[in-house]
Amino acid sequence: MKAFTHWSLFFLLVPLIGTAIFVAAPAMNLWLPKDVSVMGGEIDHLFYLILWLTGVVFLLTQILLAFFVWFYDARRRTEPAIYSHGNHSLELFWTVIPAFILVFLGLYQIQAWANLTMRPPEDPALEVEVTGRQFEWRIRYPGPDGEFDTPDDLYHVNDLHVPVNREVVVYLKSEDVLHSFFLPNLRLKQDIVPGMTGRVWFRAKEVGEFDLVCAELCGWGHYKMKGRLTIQSQENFQQWLKTMANEQEAVQ
Amino acid sequence: MSSTVHSGHALPADSRRGLFGRAIDFLGTYVFSVDHKVIGIQFLFSTLLWFFVGGLLAMAIRWQLAWPWAEMPLVGPLLFPHTGGQISPEFYTVLFTMHGTVMVFLVIIPILAGAFGNYLIPLMIGAEDMAFPTLNMLSYWFMWPAFIAFTASMFFAGGPATGWTSYPPLSSVSNAAPGSGFAQTLWLLGLTFVGISSMLGSVNYMTTILQMRAPGMTMFRLPLTIWGMFITAILQAFALPVLTAAGFMQLSDRLIGTGFFIPEGLTVNGVSAGAGGGQPLLWQHLFWFYSHPAVYIMLLPAMGMVSDIMACFARKPIFGYKPMIFAIGGIAALGFIVWGHHMFVSGMNPMLGTTFMLSTIMIALPSAIKTFNWLGTLWGGRIHFTTPMLYSIGFLSMFIIGGLSGIFMAVTPVDRYIHDTYFIVAHFHYILFGGTAFAVFGGIYYWFPKMFGRMMNDFWGKVHFFLTFVFFNGTFFTMHILGAGGFPRRLADPYHYEIFAHMLPLNQLMTICAFGMFLAQIPFVLNFFLSIFLGPRAGRNPWHATTLEWSAPSPPGHGNYDFQPIIYRGPYEYSVPGREQDFYPQWIAPKPVAPKEST
Ligand code: HEM
Ligand SMILES: [Cu+2]
Ligand SMILES: [Cu+2]
Repeated sequence: MKAFTHWSLFFLLVPLIGTAIFVAAPAMNLWLPKDVSVMGGEIDHLFYLILWLTGVVFLLTQILLAFFVWFYDARRRTEPAIYSHGNHSLELFWTVIPAFILVFLGLYQIQAWANLTMRPPEDPALEVEVTGRQFEWRIRYPGPDGEFDTPDDLYHVNDLHVPVNREVVVYLKSEDVLHSFFLPNLRLKQDIVPGMTGRVWFRAKEVGEFDLVCAELCGWGHYKMKGRLTIQSQENFQQWLKTMANEQEAVQ
Repeated sequence: MSSTVHSGHALPADSRRGLFGRAIDFLGTYVFSVDHKVIGIQFLFSTLLWFFVGGLLAMAIRWQLAWPWAEMPLVGPLLFPHTGGQISPEFYTVLFTMHGTVMVFLVIIPILAGAFGNYLIPLMIGAEDMAFPTLNMLSYWFMWPAFIAFTASMFFAGGPATGWTSYPPLSSVSNAAPGSGFAQTLWLLGLTFVGISSMLGSVNYMTTILQMRAPGMTMFRLPLTIWGMFITAILQAFALPVLTAAGFMQLSDRLIGTGFFIPEGLTVNGVSAGAGGGQPLLWQHLFWFYSHPAVYIMLLPAMGMVSDIMACFARKPIFGYKPMIFAIGGIAALGFIVWGHHMFVSGMNPMLGTTFMLSTIMIALPSAIKTFNWLGTLWGGRIHFTTPMLYSIGFLSMFIIGGLSGIFMAVTPVDRYIHDTYFIVAHFHYILFGGTAFAVFGGIYYWFPKMFGRMMNDFWGKVHFFLTFVFFNGTFFTMHILGAGGFPRRLADPYHYEIFAHMLPLNQLMTICAFGMFLAQIPFVLNFFLSIFLGPRAGRNPWHATTLEWSAPSPPGHGNYDFQPIIYRGPYEYSVPGREQDFYPQWIAPKPVAPKEST
């Protein structure tokens, strides 16, 4: 590779192709999946904000790197190297500016985190319990009386039905090992720890069927611990609950 | 400067003691040697071998992700006769567990501290050897029980299958997974031995750097490689005992029925897991209390090595030597209070998440400072594009990407979405492969002449760099996109989820690039071994570098120096105005005539 002298162009390809990939990916449907939750927007907003911030830094530093590699090439330059051990004001400059941006970012996100994890809805329309076990999701509804642990509780496996436009609270339990309750289209992920009851909440804003993914290694069958999330209109959801109740009664 | 007395192998060359005696000499010199250089090279060969093994495991992972459940060509029927040559889901969990284990504990950590640390520390500070040579030898030989335990774990009872993070209860309840029986016990033993080895090394490094510097070698005249090693040794010494203790707790949960990490009344697969009363999250805290500092243990020495190489081939003093040191120190200090960022969605109190978010955000700052100082080093230089320099520039370019992706994950709400997706996988491969492994390659090309007295071939080195860089990015860059799509890690077959099915072609592209990257190591292996015997002779200072190791013969004899090194200046005096040569080594006396009276 003596003949190959264009290392600056080579390193310039990093920001060029890198940016191209990030521009092309959404067009090729390889990007954040559709967000159907009310709170997911806050996460996406933060994601894009960081993407822009880091994108600018990425481009500037990588282009500067490629430029230096070209400009200070010993085969090109006749001047001797600059004898410098650094520069105090420059150090100060590139410490204070990033520090400022980082602190801003840190403080700016706190509200979103609090909304997601510390402010449960006061009066949820539905409470449901999801229990992970190797390798399935057991789902329990409180039934018509709205109370768990009563005879009219409704049971279901691997298919979580919820009403649209309503606050839903999900209690998360595990029967055996760690699992993680991951709804990509709601931007929601919560590990489930045996011995603890987790609590997450969301409000879906579109009807449809989506994937429920286990995102924490739970054994050899982890990959197939797949569930579905069915978001329905209020009427359809009530209808579904009724059918479920009837079925369950018929069995008993 | 203290001088160390060596024993055992320093027999006169003409000792004729028959075959047996010579065999003992040979063992003492090359096998159970207490010479830091021999030990360093032993570490180097062992870790490179494991690098190859870890790479093979990665190829198998990539095969499954590109062509799930397809019969593996050629080797499949040999390896997995009972499944008709395809990877079983059980074996897939073993694959990624052992890939991570091997790469972290048997490659990156020991190649930096064990190989480069051992070889370079005495040579760069002007010592004849380490402070405790025998301890040093033990630190290498304690790797062997670890090698054996980890290897055996793969062949017993299905192999360890709980990830390199070994989260309980999966890892601590025998019937939770096929490999959670004896294999997991062996895995924990391996971890313990690796820990002992690192601990012996780190005690030695700290003492040596503090006590055995040559006259004139003040702390602020140490090359940044040594600063990286020094801070790393401190991190090891303070964080590692926690992991070792946690490992023993997990062992005793498994073997004698304690319940540190097992909650009360747990039943797994229909079998009670014992009395319990513990907390699975406790393990995560203890594990990451070590393993977050460990990610810096896997980086700081590499940062130092890159700094030395960059200054040398830009023919410039490193920009901001002291800020670089303070940044390393800052990373180390903050590194102890950020471990919770691995647990934002673990079920830990979200309030605590905010605390860890703030400390994690701040740890990006020293990384930024270092990046700018490296750019400042390139600025105004006269850059020579040797293979080590290309790897160092490659390091910088890749480290920028890995550092920036860290910011996404530090922001808790975003991490809630991308945690345990391929975004994380992209992040740490950019830092650990694009960063550390590139620095290691650069370091090998750079210090090879010192280690073996001969040069490696530069042309084939550049071919190696070119292909590795291209295929590395081809493999890992688009993982960011996968992660943005929510694509989870550690799934043997993600494509049966509707939302991930369309990501298969992209994964196939990655796998092809990964195979390319694997094959791109062939020129390196050939270059490495052929150069040991056939490379042109190097001489003492082939790169016209300024740091002390280049004053010794190549390779240095026993005791390292054939003169008493005295240090007159900082480590990076390149292109000093008014001097004929563009480098002013640390050991050259300012007066034109070298002082005679030194002993
Ligand atoms: C620029 C500063 C950095 C920040 C802000 C940062 C942030 C993070 C965060 C928040 C995570 C957890 C993500 C998750 O699991 O959801 C993570 C994971 C990781 N980071 Fe970094 N990081 C930085 C630099 C580094 C460095 C320098 C290394 C290695 C030398 C590194 C290696 C890793 C590894 C190995 C993991 C994944 C561990 C696993 O789950 O298997 N990071 N990083
Ligand atoms: Cu799982
Ligand atoms: Cu970390």
